[in-house]
Amino acid sequence: MERISTICPFCGCGCGMHLMVESGRIIGVEPSPGHPVNKGMLCAKGWGAYEFVHSPDRLTHPLIRKDGQLQESTWDEALELICGRLTGISARYGPDALGFLCSAKVTNEENYLFMKMARAAFKTNNIDHCARL
Amino acid sequence: MTNSICEFEDADLFLVTGSNTTAQHPLIGSRIINAVERGAKLILIDPREIPLAAFAELHLRQNIGTDIAVLNGLMNVIIEENLYDRQFVADRTEGFEALKAAVSRYTPAVVEMITGISAADLTRAARMYARADKAMLAYAMGITQHITGTDNVKACANIAMLTGHVGRPSTGVNPLRGQNNVQGACDMGGLPGVFSGYQPVSDEAARKKFERAWGVEGLPAQAGLTLGGMLEAGRKGALKALYVMGENPRISDPNLGSVDLALSSLDLLIVQDIFMSETAALADVVLPAACFAEKGGTYTNTERRVQLTQRAVTAPGQARADWEIIADLCRRCGLEAPYTHPGQIMEEIRSVTPSYGGITHERLSKTYGLQWPCPNREHPGTAFLHSAQFTRGKGSFQPSDFTPQGEATDQDFPFTLTTGRIYCQFHTGTMSRRVDLLEREAPEPLVEIHPEDAAKLGIRKNDLVEVSSRRGSIRLKADVTTRVPRKVLFTTFHFHEAQVNLLTNPACDRTSGIPELKECAAAIRRCP
Repeated sequence: MERISTICPFCGCGCGMHLMVESGRIIGVEPSPGHPVNKGMLCAKGWGAYEFVHSPDRLTHPLIRKDGQLQESTWDEALELICGRLTGISARYGPDALGFLCSAKVTNEENYLFMKMARAAFKTNNIDHCARL
Repeated sequence: MTNSICEFEDADLFLVTGSNTTAQHPLIGSRIINAVERGAKLILIDPREIPLAAFAELHLRQNIGTDIAVLNGLMNVIIEENLYDRQFVADRTEGFEALKAAVSRYTPAVVEMITGISAADLTRAARMYARADKAMLAYAMGITQHITGTDNVKACANIAMLTGHVGRPSTGVNPLRGQNNVQGACDMGGLPGVFSGYQPVSDEAARKKFERAWGVEGLPAQAGLTLGGMLEAGRKGALKALYVMGENPRISDPNLGSVDLALSSLDLLIVQDIFMSETAALADVVLPAACFAEKGGTYTNTERRVQLTQRAVTAPGQARADWEIIADLCRRCGLEAPYTHPGQIMEEIRSVTPSYGGITHERLSKTYGLQWPCPNREHPGTAFLHSAQFTRGKGSFQPSDFTPQGEATDQDFPFTLTTGRIYCQFHTGTMSRRVDLLEREAPEPLVEIHPEDAAKLGIRKNDLVEVSSRRGSIRLKADVTTRVPRKVLFTTFHFHEAQVNLLTNPACDRTSGIPELKECAAAIRRCP
């Protein structure tokens, strides 16, 4: 069994914990004893923080709406479609016809890159997230 | 937070307002309880009898939406009785005379009329907070989610500066941030008016710097739209496309009926998520993302601690890390994005973001994180802010007046509905409702109503009731409890079965754009 160091994905406390991994699946969590925030403790949410990872409901393929239905697609098709449509809408209506919502749940690196994409690739400052909710 | 989580252990007094700390920040809540057990004092200002109330020396239950009157009243007593920190006010602040004049009207008797808090309790609380050696003020969305949210926050800052409870360990103004990386998303410039590190887009020097770093020209100088502004522009047809990464506005935002109208008016809705959220179900394109355990990267907690995580397992199917998806899309759209590891993105972040200047994955891998500001590689990080001076130099008192702002109750909608969160669910439930333990503990939405109100309306515990506002109605079970005051209803937004945000008021604070989720007029009746 492997122990992988991570941070709880729920609230803003940022408790340190280890994911217990066996045969490619997470089978439990263990609070980090030396972590300055939680010092070996977790709340009920933290103890359950791994269960949704292997949920059968996870999205596994890019989906594109065709004839009113979301249908499985490929990364190539999905990303080309997005690039083409965003570029087209921006050319026709201006960059501020586009909006971007980044996320309080993803990493700093991802938020930074998303912000860079909105501002540098699409030239809009219409970027926000759920900070107020 | 100006200060750090471990500093809660050494405070003498806590002033907690608008935060159900044991439910939403359990590891901070337990520190407050432990500190109280060793002799620290807790003053709680909250309309509801939340679990912390059992540990409070004083629980001031203000009428909803009267926070500025409460805080001005506390400052009135502190100034009238000469309990403020004269040295700190003289050396570190400006605008004291204006503050003194502004709060002079908020005598305990006046404040009692406005807030329902007795003059004696208010006076006692003011003396306790001012006389404490180390007092920590902590707040959350009970302070911010109001039309006057910005003024509420300024009032919190005013009282901390007035008493010198800032700039030292175990003091400070401590907003408890809700999501695991809401602090980081703000730090990284995921806001309409700033680049990473809160560098304004309106500042030409900042734009030039980012243009050079990114190899582009013509970055826009005017602040963009907030989330609420984008939805409004969507309804009006001005916004044509929305790209949503890991958010679920169809449950979390106020007045959901109009959110749906906005999303369905778009030409293009892209949603990148780990589950088919309510928002993803409306999308034209859905991109499957890896979750926290399937990628590496950093998150910034509420005390500004930047922490590194490692990949533990592989993502299901074709799901990819968000950074890989965005980098791929950037390249297709003609923007260079030569990243093969998130550590390279952090190198770029620290090169353009002074407060993250010394933060590298390599350093983080050897520590329990680094607290910004951390300007260079030798810097150990910053446990508490404003020790020698404030960011702008002297702290500026910015007083404001109480004005009744909330949606008025009337004969048809005689209750005040307030919303919040519970211990065993999280935000829109996308993650927490898939955890067995949490779903067993909190399987269904409940609306809290005071026993006297319930008796008048013939409502008993677990009766199915209909709660409605001027915007919509939901059905859920009643929890008859004195946790809520009379004429107040409380429920949460975790459950898609009873979406309270169909009812909430989309009116916003003018400065920050935060919606008034803590107060709207509502009615309740037992379902036949």
